Amino acid sequence: MIDRVIDNRGFDSFDWRFIGLVLAILFLGVLSIYSVTHAQQGGTPFYLKQLMWIALGSAAFVAMLTVDYHKIARLAYPLYAIILVLLAVVLVIGKTSRGAQRWIPIGPFAFQPSEFAKLVLILVLAHYYSSAPRIGWLQRVVLPGLIMLPGLLLILKQPDLGSGLSFLAVYAAMLLMVGMRSQAIGIILLFSLMLFPFAWELLWGSLHEYQRHRIMAFVDPEYDPGGKGYHGLQSRIAIGSGELLGKGLYGGTQSQLKFLPEGHTDFVFAVFAEEWGFLGVLLLLALFVGLIWLSLEIASRAKDVLGALLAAGVIAMLCFCVVVNIGMTAGMFPIVGIPLPLMSYGGSVTITTMAALGLLLNIKRRRLTLFY
Amino acid sequence: MASVGFQDVELGELQRRLTVLRIGLLLVVALLAFRLWHLQIREGSYYRDLSENNRTRSVILEPVRGQIYDRNGVLLANNVPSFTLYVTLEDVKDREALIQQLTSLLGLDPDMVRRKLATKGGKLLPRKIKDRLSLREAAVIEAHRLDLPGVMIQVESQRNYPGGAVAAHLLGYVGEVSAEQLERSEFEELHQGSMIGQYGVEKTFDRFLRGKAGQKSVEVDALGHEKRSDVVEKPEAGDDLYLTIDVRLQRLAEDLLGEEAGAIVALDPTNGDVLAMASRPAFDPNVLSRELTPKQWVEIVQDEGHPLNNRATQGQYPPGSTFKVIMAAAALETKTVSPSTTVRCTGGYQFGRRLYRDWKAGGHGFIDLEQALVHSCDVYFYTVGQRMGIDTIADYAKQFGLGQPTGIELPSERVGIVPSTSWKEKVKGEPWLPGETISASIGQGYVTVTPLQMASVIGTIANNGVAYRPRLVQAIMDRATGRLQELPAVARGKVEVKPQTLKLIQEGLAGVVREGTATRAKSVLISIAGKTGTAQTAALRTGPEKDIPKKFRDHAWFVAYAPVEKPRIAVAVLVEHMGHGGSAAAPLAKEIIEALVKLPPKAPVVAQGPGVPTASAPRETR
Repeated sequence: MIDRVIDNRGFDSFDWRFIGLVLAILFLGVLSIYSVTHAQQGGTPFYLKQLMWIALGSAAFVAMLTVDYHKIARLAYPLYAIILVLLAVVLVIGKTSRGAQRWIPIGPFAFQPSEFAKLVLILVLAHYYSSAPRIGWLQRVVLPGLIMLPGLLLILKQPDLGSGLSFLAVYAAMLLMVGMRSQAIGIILLFSLMLFPFAWELLWGSLHEYQRHRIMAFVDPEYDPGGKGYHGLQSRIAIGSGELLGKGLYGGTQSQLKFLPEGHTDFVFAVFAEEWGFLGVLLLLALFVGLIWLSLEIASRAKDVLGALLAAGVIAMLCFCVVVNIGMTAGMFPIVGIPLPLMSYGGSVTITTMAALGLLLNIKRRRLTLFY
Repeated sequence: MASVGFQDVELGELQRRLTVLRIGLLLVVALLAFRLWHLQIREGSYYRDLSENNRTRSVILEPVRGQIYDRNGVLLANNVPSFTLYVTLEDVKDREALIQQLTSLLGLDPDMVRRKLATKGGKLLPRKIKDRLSLREAAVIEAHRLDLPGVMIQVESQRNYPGGAVAAHLLGYVGEVSAEQLERSEFEELHQGSMIGQYGVEKTFDRFLRGKAGQKSVEVDALGHEKRSDVVEKPEAGDDLYLTIDVRLQRLAEDLLGEEAGAIVALDPTNGDVLAMASRPAFDPNVLSRELTPKQWVEIVQDEGHPLNNRATQGQYPPGSTFKVIMAAAALETKTVSPSTTVRCTGGYQFGRRLYRDWKAGGHGFIDLEQALVHSCDVYFYTVGQRMGIDTIADYAKQFGLGQPTGIELPSERVGIVPSTSWKEKVKGEPWLPGETISASIGQGYVTVTPLQMASVIGTIANNGVAYRPRLVQAIMDRATGRLQELPAVARGKVEVKPQTLKLIQEGLAGVVREGTATRAKSVLISIAGKTGTAQTAALRTGPEKDIPKKFRDHAWFVAYAPVEKPRIAVAVLVEHMGHGGSAAAPLAKEIIEALVKLPPKAPVVAQGPGVPTASAPRETR
């Protein structure tokens, strides 16, 4: 253990490769947002607002980087309580957009607690596991599940299926990290299978009409191409028509002519893929893989369990969002509202993601202070 | 399951588990990359096509229809800009909602809109919903543009007939190509909403007039709003037509008929040019060329005056005494009579038990052929008809072009009936009765003709037996090259009648006007020859004309030509239910003929006779 620490003494506390990757992705994001929305009339341009979010995100990044993550983790439960209240508030006074109540309006902006909730959940679960002195399967699986449940339910009530699934992804990653034995995984799987019909009934019943249509559209791509399958089809057309080299910046007709809805938010990847083509897409994937790879490095060299768990949670969240977002725009998954981290326009998601990345670097930085 | 505290103990284990995440990450990224490769490289061109079609709409650019002029270059049909409403189904999210909107904004009939939207064709093909929108209506649509995705206002040219109902039957009208018409090969270049000629010259010369549609590629956004457009193919304007008619004569002919039903045809006997062809009652082609409601259409079709019927080419009437011109030729040629042969007319002709009356109660006494024509003696022709027999009469009638189309460039020309023994056998399945020959001899019974046929008959007499096919279109101007192509006059043939026979008939016809039944056609300006006729609509009646209800009264005929010495015009006048030709029809023919002398000559666009066609530009500016 000590050997490893000494071996890595040259590992710079401030990783410029990491920062470089983050900035590169942010840059491509702003470019794509500019490309889709530059013809927009009135109001502050989206790309300028996004730059402002990035500035705020940078502040969050620095804050999460400088404050000791143990101190942050100790705030996990109070933060979780606050988030739960905010999630409840959203349901009462929240701004409704496209059938979902997700935003709390603050002046001209809107704030989306479910995005922050993801990071808070990581803190809560990491804190929980790392502080438990002894741990049995009840405590490993059931208790954290119960802790997560109110947040999950409140998010699903909005409904925000994407964030809900992110919750489950973070939970699953944590379970994996704390060592789910094969029997335990087997039992959970069996249990899930037995519960599945009821769960499906419950889930299908609780889904909104449009969500059901989207799932139908996913299962059967020819299902109502002009209507419910429209998003998925237009997104696939945008990506596919980019071909090898893309249509060039501002040349994406699918997005420029607004065939592709939400081109600056959830479908920003399709915009990018249309304009940059397969080569650009490979570049972007490489940037994400590089970033996550560096994050995995950080996680695997974390000084303590809390650090490793926090890093794993952040990685799980990032991976999940990147994979699901690209997968849904490319027609591999049903369309659930999940933004592409660092690319999609949005205040809450940008700030949360950057804060999470700050936390990651924090873990890396702290691992050197051996005698902390 | 072990319950061990895993603070430091499990850190190593925990970090090893990250390997699962690593492998998982690589697998998932590989899967994503594969999926993107599949979309962008393998199926890239397919999606490229989809994206092109997604954003571009093909809009058909309607060609400008050729204009129609009279022989002097006076404009008869042109085009005026008009707003047309189109809907592209691809961009319509909710069809019923759109129908509701259009109904409330423009007051359109929802069923009509529904029907138009349901016409066959691709979703990307805009459907024509309504033309001739007013400026106000177009403005209303433009104001609601954002709420009406897929709705488009196009400025198009609309057929316009500056003269209104003038020459309506000749010009015809245009209308949207019907679904049935679209199935036919001659219309294969057309599409829903194309305007084609549906009647008159507009129909017969449609392939020249209609031009060729072009195409515009319009880039639209997801709401169907136009962003940019490129003309892919320019539309080609249709060719212009120069008709043979002189619109001044045409107008006069129509005015002369006034409120009466009937027809007037004026031809140039030397080449078949139709100088005027009037049919009354008429219609306004401007009304018919735009969208009609079914109710309006029913009103026009069920109108008792049958305004859509071109009486000049489609009205079939017994020729009455005008038929005696042909009888005279037949009688002389078959040597049934000689010019000096006389027949005694006592006011009736006894055949079997029946007495066939002469129009003149007292009879004409001893009368020869020329005098029989001059005074229209029925008994004379009963007699010669009886001697010749129906089949000989039929032979000559056919030689003069009866019972067959004149070949004028108008749709649905009717041919009338030239009865014969074989005709009756075939059509009625009965043998010919000798008494029927007597009726036929004075152009009654089964014999029917069109006014155009009679104008041609009298023209043939005037032109010394040479018959021309009546023609309406003198020249076609190719818009692209500016070249004026003259259509030749077509001789139909020469009747086999000796010159002296024709001369005798011509003298007789001159006598008709000079001293016979048509003195009311006598003109101080020009010498006129002609023949009156009274076509019976019911059994010959006695008693004063005015006591008979109008719809049972006879039709008045007059056929004439002038000047007698060197004929330039042949006229046939038919006025329905106006009684005797001499009083009702002859004065009209005189007016038309005099107009030819009185009207200041205009320079015709196409030179007459065997000269070189002048390629002079039309007078009207475009």
